[in-house]
Amino acid sequence: MGLLAPARRGPGAASPGPRRRSLEPWMYLVPALAVLGTMLVYPLYQLVLVSFYDYRQPQVTGAEPLRFIGLDNYADLFSDARFWEVLGNTVVFAAACVVGTLAVGGGLAVLATRLSPWVRTLLFLAALGAWATPAVTGSAVWLFLFDPLLGPVNQALAGLGLEGFTGHSWTYGKWSAFGLVWSQVVWCSFPFVMVTLYAGIRAIPGEVIEAARLDGASTGRIALSVMLPMLRPAMTIVTIQSIIWDFKIFTQIYIMTGGGGIAGQNLVLNVYAYQQAFASSQYGLGSAIGVVTTVLLLLITLVYLRTLRRQGEVL
Amino acid sequence: MRPTRPVRAAALVGLAAALAACAPAQTDGASPGADEMEGTLRVWLFSEVDQEPKEAVVDEAVAAFEDAHDGVTVDVQYIPVDTRAERFRAAFNDPSSAPDVAEYGNTDLAGYVESGGFLDVTEDLADWEDHADIAEDVGATAQVGDGTYGVPWFLGARALYYRTDVFDDLGLEAPETLEEVVEAGRAVREEDPDMLGVSAGGAYTYGFLPFVWAHGGDIAEQEGDGYTSAIASDEAKQGLELYSEILSDDVCPPQTCAEMGGNDSVQNFVAGNAAMTIGGNFNLNAVQDSDIADDAAVVPLPGTEPGSIAPAFAGGNNLGVLAGTDKRTLSVEFMKLLAGKEYQREMYDAMGNLPTFTDVREEIAAEDEDITPFIETIDAGTRFVPATGAWAAIDAEGVLPTMVQRVASGDADVDEAAEEASASLDEAFAGE
Repeated sequence: MGLLAPARRGPGAASPGPRRRSLEPWMYLVPALAVLGTMLVYPLYQLVLVSFYDYRQPQVTGAEPLRFIGLDNYADLFSDARFWEVLGNTVVFAAACVVGTLAVGGGLAVLATRLSPWVRTLLFLAALGAWATPAVTGSAVWLFLFDPLLGPVNQALAGLGLEGFTGHSWTYGKWSAFGLVWSQVVWCSFPFVMVTLYAGIRAIPGEVIEAARLDGASTGRIALSVMLPMLRPAMTIVTIQSIIWDFKIFTQIYIMTGGGGIAGQNLVLNVYAYQQAFASSQYGLGSAIGVVTTVLLLLITLVYLRTLRRQGEVL
Repeated sequence: MRPTRPVRAAALVGLAAALAACAPAQTDGASPGADEMEGTLRVWLFSEVDQEPKEAVVDEAVAAFEDAHDGVTVDVQYIPVDTRAERFRAAFNDPSSAPDVAEYGNTDLAGYVESGGFLDVTEDLADWEDHADIAEDVGATAQVGDGTYGVPWFLGARALYYRTDVFDDLGLEAPETLEEVVEAGRAVREEDPDMLGVSAGGAYTYGFLPFVWAHGGDIAEQEGDGYTSAIASDEAKQGLELYSEILSDDVCPPQTCAEMGGNDSVQNFVAGNAAMTIGGNFNLNAVQDSDIADDAAVVPLPGTEPGSIAPAFAGGNNLGVLAGTDKRTLSVEFMKLLAGKEYQREMYDAMGNLPTFTDVREEIAAEDEDITPFIETIDAGTRFVPATGAWAAIDAEGVLPTMVQRVASGDADVDEAAEEASASLDEAFAGE
């Protein structure tokens, strides 16, 4: 092949015209575009479209006429104090989850590099177990662990002499309920961070570290000035992934707080959208919430990428 | 790899065209208009935890119907209650995959009717003699506006369960007013702090509503075609006030009780952790199969005056004919057969479902005294939720549980919580 190739590209061979050359990449992209188009662009387009209509069940079945209402759904949403409260909940809760996941995942990744092989295998197996557990199952199990009367956690705490925890409800208080869900979310999403960062750390050439050490850098200094910058691509991915996952959290809140907690105190955007769109059949309003979520996520991701680029990181 | 300019321009033009031309999908809601007298009649009924007895009765009715109608087969499908909303929406959107006759929960009806899902069968029922034996308040659960969209198939009523042993130990009598229910609960918990006085949760809408109704309040009032909220009226607030007294540390601590719905509330009683609860006739078997079976008794939930009964919620399921059917006559016939007196009676024997015909209930009450308190409750007059499609949204958003829970958790006082709920209700009724 290597020997024949130059001959084929010789002046005598038919050269691909400029037209063919411009089409060729597109032909390779067609399968991906077809999948993205049907699975992503079209639904997104429908989402935006529906958000401009008064679109409830009677409109879907044709019992009432469709009505284009422009931005009314958005106006309704933005004038609703509940929406801002839910948005605030979502931002704070997602931020806490991202920080928690990164801290736990990063810490364990560093720890993993220092453990003996079989302990590391155990750690990875445990983490993979958490990772592989479906969110629904995980939530139900955590809920049982923290059950007021039957849960092992309360029983253990009471056994340690903390009588106040007998019958203590972890989902009653707003922040206590969020805390419980937070711990479940961190538990089921840290393995991804840990595995990715562990791979990143392993990929750092030993010579670089050695050179830094020869130059007299301390371990802390090496971690901060050598390893962290080299880990940045991996960090970027896990951070963006975590932001997106945690912002869109649904299952854990829905199951662990019974659809949004007492008097809706634990509602987050996605659960709120579900409540509005599907449970109460206000598809237009629900779509508007969906659009807002999407835009917010895009913004957060863009801002994050830009800051990285300013710092000189090329992605 | 950027798209070339012509490609980009074409994409933009295409997008603009698509945006201008398209609107969200809408089904053509026209009904087929045909009325076939042969073929397969499709029926949807709800599946149950213990379904066999129900199937046996239904199979019997199906056999009788098929014998009476040549060339007709009846295909019964049992659909899960949990996913009924999606199922029915799909059926309304695509009449060709929809059933002809369906069982539905009566609180869902108004929403279905707004979507044009069910047939108004007022005329078809006009010459059905038996229909007159369904009391007006029960019949109202199948009505929206001026139309009648089916036949009430069975009822579920809630009454007050209490523990005779606990009451005897404390020298308490069965409560005669709602106030006494709360007082008795307080007395029990004072004596035994591990026991809930009255197990009735913050999310137990149909346990809470009788308190409002007993005080003369209501969720909403009908005005012309629409509804306006009445939940912030003085009468309704008295009910809320009294119910929130249950959700306090000395009766049913909010830590435990604020989140509980109907099932959890009854579950505490069945487990022996509560002296009283508000439970339905459909909970009777669970109580009779439990350790406290011998110590449990039931009385109608009392009203505000001794001897009165608090109006109960007329829960239950109806049978109706879907708007998309092409076998109207057959569908109505089958509905009248399965929801008729004979098979309602059989459904009671099989499943414990309370009949909707007053005379059939009387028959049953004479035979089985366990069911008497529930029948007394229904006969004393029942109430219903506002018959509007907005109820689905109100229910999904948990407007009433939120109100109760806010008071229970001390987040808001009665006035504040009621005003807020009232605003949410009016917003939902306005339909935007």
